[in-house]
Amino acid sequence: MEILVCVRRVPDTSENEIQLNTAGNDIERDDLVYSINEPDNYAVEEALQITAKAGGSVTVVTVGSDDDEEVLRREMAIGASRGVLLSDESFDGSDGKGIATILKGYVHKGHFDLILTGVQAEDGGAQIGGMLAALLDYPFASLVNSISVLDGGKLRVSREIEGGNKEMNEIDLPCVLSIQTGINEPRYVGMRGIRQVASLEVPTLGASDLGVDASAVGDAGAKVKRVDYFVPTLGKGAEMLEGDREEVIAKLIELMKAKGGLN
Amino acid sequence: MARIFAYIAHKGGIADDAAAELAAAARKIDPATSPVAVVTGWGAELDAVCETLRGSYAEVWKIANQALAYPNAELVRKALVNILPHDGIVLVPHSHFGIDLSPGLAIKMTSAFVSDVLGIEGAEGANLKLVRQEFGGQVSAHVACDSSSGAVLNLRPGAFKSQESTPINGIIVDKSADVGALTAGRRYLETIVAEAGDVDITKHVVLVSVGRGIQEKDNIAIAEKLADTLGAAVSCSRPVVDAKWLPKSRQVGSSGKTVKPKIYMACGISGSFQHLAGLKGSPFIVAINKNPKAPIFQVADVGIVADILEFLPELTSKVREIKQVSV
Ligand SMILES: Cc1cc2nc3c(=O)[nH]c(=O)nc-3n(C[C@H](O)[C@H](O)[C@H](O)COP(=O)(O)OP(=O)(O)OC[C@H]3O[C@@H](n4cnc5c(N)ncnc54)[C@H](O)[C@@H]3O)c2cc1C
Repeated sequence: MEILVCVRRVPDTSENEIQLNTAGNDIERDDLVYSINEPDNYAVEEALQITAKAGGSVTVVTVGSDDDEEVLRREMAIGASRGVLLSDESFDGSDGKGIATILKGYVHKGHFDLILTGVQAEDGGAQIGGMLAALLDYPFASLVNSISVLDGGKLRVSREIEGGNKEMNEIDLPCVLSIQTGINEPRYVGMRGIRQVASLEVPTLGASDLGVDASAVGDAGAKVKRVDYFVPTLGKGAEMLEGDREEVIAKLIELMKAKGGLN
Repeated sequence: MARIFAYIAHKGGIADDAAAELAAAARKIDPATSPVAVVTGWGAELDAVCETLRGSYAEVWKIANQALAYPNAELVRKALVNILPHDGIVLVPHSHFGIDLSPGLAIKMTSAFVSDVLGIEGAEGANLKLVRQEFGGQVSAHVACDSSSGAVLNLRPGAFKSQESTPINGIIVDKSADVGALTAGRRYLETIVAEAGDVDITKHVVLVSVGRGIQEKDNIAIAEKLADTLGAAVSCSRPVVDAKWLPKSRQVGSSGKTVKPKIYMACGISGSFQHLAGLKGSPFIVAINKNPKAPIFQVADVGIVADILEFLPELTSKVREIKQVSV
């Protein structure tokens, strides 16, 4: 089975304190720790597990810039056969549909039986997989948390739904699936693996290589645009307990007693 | 102004709670609007839902088809594309179903799509000014959406407060004849219900809940010691289950359990809306997090900026001391 996995490099929100830049039009990116978008990592692992059983190979692709090559190499280090960077000035400022349109251009250059994305990205919102499927006229399932290959060009997939229940579906290939975290246990990347792929070529394809109309993507084609960033104030905000550790603990215990949590 | 449609999910003949939230959101786009409720399904359940909805929506579009008896998003999408005007604004809850339906719906209607919208600051002509969150909720963004050729907006559950409204006598418009052929490359088979776990976290008065901040499996014991001392149970956020440090039955949130403790201690949990969706009955929330910017501090009652790996053991020994004194 030939599998394409769409991945992204994102700032790791569990490791970073995100601050706004002074202009308020972006976050302060200088000291951020970047990594692969968490669900994408599960998607690559799933693709590797499927091809290990059913044969075939895994290609990882990202829309981005040279900086994003590192996530492609990371996934090549754990077993993806090739990484491809889709990059072009005209791609800048793309909205979700723009990104999906660029990816569609790449899908048409190959013969993929299965396309996987992560369920959502840190700054996106669970949109690329469903859009790509609709652009390709392929069936789609989101929030997939198990996949088994059936005979006759079909998969049996379960979707996560409310309350941790599972919705079982049969889906025809080729199709697009968005992968939910927890579907498998992603393998670790060793330094050795990284070194082994360091010299491999990662081709870069632009709008003309992909047959993508530059006016349909990027800022020119975007109907959805971020205007600015701001710091949210959602609730009333917590009463922060400050002081030395002993004081904080004493205050907390008093509060917990008052609320009936300690007697 | 374009017409606004609200897709209402339902189960067992009962409309989703989001029905009132979507109506409130529609009025934020256009205060003069009379949004149309759109309901797909089959049989007596569908009829019951339409009947209820016409008490709060002036117009209810009923789309009945046996193939829609189970809401397979692939089939629902086809029906909606055939029935809704493509320059309309379609509101859908950002739920497990909305995530499945809406991105493809927007493509097929050649509409703009914005997911997980948590605020609507109005419209200037066809330009909608929306609010989203990014980077795990640490920052928000204003987003401009050009709805001149329609828009599909997925709205965050709970973000739009429903307003009290006097019951009205709306009409049901049967659109079933326009559904068209309904087949899809994805077929629903069955639903498998989540297994019950060793500990029932829905029954506890105090929960010590751990998130990714607990860092590794062996550290779960730190939370367990505190929970034992307090007579509490240990619950968790999703990444802890994904990493297989605790069973799924301990997960709080939209894809886990709904809990209603008196005290909820969120330890190393950032406070995503999917996690908070599992907290009901307004518990007293204690948040302990090393990041002073963690969104959990906005919804918690008390907050402590600390490393849980140090803080929790110290809290445990202090509580133990107190308990020994009082025995
Ligand atoms: C469809 C869908 C359904 C979902 N359902 C659920 C659900 O049911 N339940 C759920 O929880 N999530 C759910 N999620 C995932 C959710 O979006 C978040 O990713 C998740 O809740 C984050 O968990 P977390 O807060 O533990 O991790 P993170 O967001 O990574 O936060 C970790 C926090 O720990 C802090 N921290 C790190 N180390 C320490 C330390 N030593 N001491 C103190 N603090 C520390 C960090 O500052 C950070 O704030 C769902 C997602 C999707 C897409």
